[in-house]
Amino acid sequence: MLNCREVTRLYSESQERELTVKERLLLRMHIAMCSGCRNFGEHMKFLREAMRAYAKGRDNTGGK
Amino acid sequence: MTQQVPAADTPSGASKHVGLYDDDFLEALRRQMLRFATLQLSDAHLAEDAVQEALIGALRNARSFSGRAALKTWVFAILKNKIADILRQRLRVVDASSLLREDDEDEDFSVLFNRRGFWQADEHPATWGNPHESLRESQFWRVFETCLEGLPGNQARVFMMREFIELDSSEICASVGITTSNLNVMLYRARMRLRECLENRWFANGEQAC
Repeated sequence: MLNCREVTRLYSESQERELTVKERLLLRMHIAMCSGCRNFGEHMKFLREAMRAYAKGRDNTGGK
Repeated sequence: MTQQVPAADTPSGASKHVGLYDDDFLEALRRQMLRFATLQLSDAHLAEDAVQEALIGALRNARSFSGRAALKTWVFAILKNKIADILRQRLRVVDASSLLREDDEDEDFSVLFNRRGFWQADEHPATWGNPHESLRESQFWRVFETCLEGLPGNQARVFMMREFIELDSSEICASVGITTSNLNVMLYRARMRLRECLENRWFANGEQAC
C-alpha cells in the first residue's frame, strides 16, 4: 500500500508521464479510502488548468 | 510608453480600432504584462524590454484584431514566446549544480506528513468546491501570483518552463542539465507549495489578505 506522501509524488509525476498500470491501481486503492489525497489529485488538475489560463494572458479575468 | 503609436490612418479602420489606442487600456495592459514578465524573468529591465517589444508588435498589427480581447490574447502569446527564448538562453548558462543546491535544502514537507507518510490531521487537503469559478475572479489571480512569487527561484523557473511554456520534461532536463528524477522532485515541491499556498490564502480564507 502507498502512503499519502507517495501518492502525492505519483500525482505530481502523472503530469509528466503516463503512470504504469500498477501505479494507477495502487493510486486508486489509496484514494478510495483517503479523501485528503483525493482532494489533492483534484488540486493538481486544477493547478495545471489555472497555469494554462494564466499563460493565455488571463483572459478570464475580466479582460473582455 | 515612449514609442510612437501609428495613428489609425485609414478611415475604415479608425473607428473600429480606436479603443485599442486608448491610454488607460494600454497602460493597464502594459502593467499586467510587466508583472507577468517580471515574475518569469526576475529582471526588471529584461521584462520591460520584452513587454515593450510585444506591445509595439501588437500595435503595428492593430488592424488585424477584432477588439481588445483578441489583442490581449495575441500580445500575451508574443510575450510568452519572448520569455521562453530568454529563459532557454539563460538556463543554458546556469550551472546545474547551483540549480539543485538551492533545492537540496531540507524540504521534505515533514510538517505535512506524519512518520508513516500519512497526512497530519490538520494538513489534510480540503475540498475546494468548484475552483473553476475562481478563474474568473481578479482577486484570485492576485493570490495566484503571490503564491507563484513565493516559490524559490529555481523551483519557480523550472515549474514555469513546464507549466507555462509547456516544454516537456526531456526538453527541460536537456536544457537545464538535470536528471528526470531531479526535475520530478523540483516540480513536486513547486506544486506542493503552490497548492498549500492557494489553499491557505484563497480556498480556506476566501478573499482575506494574508
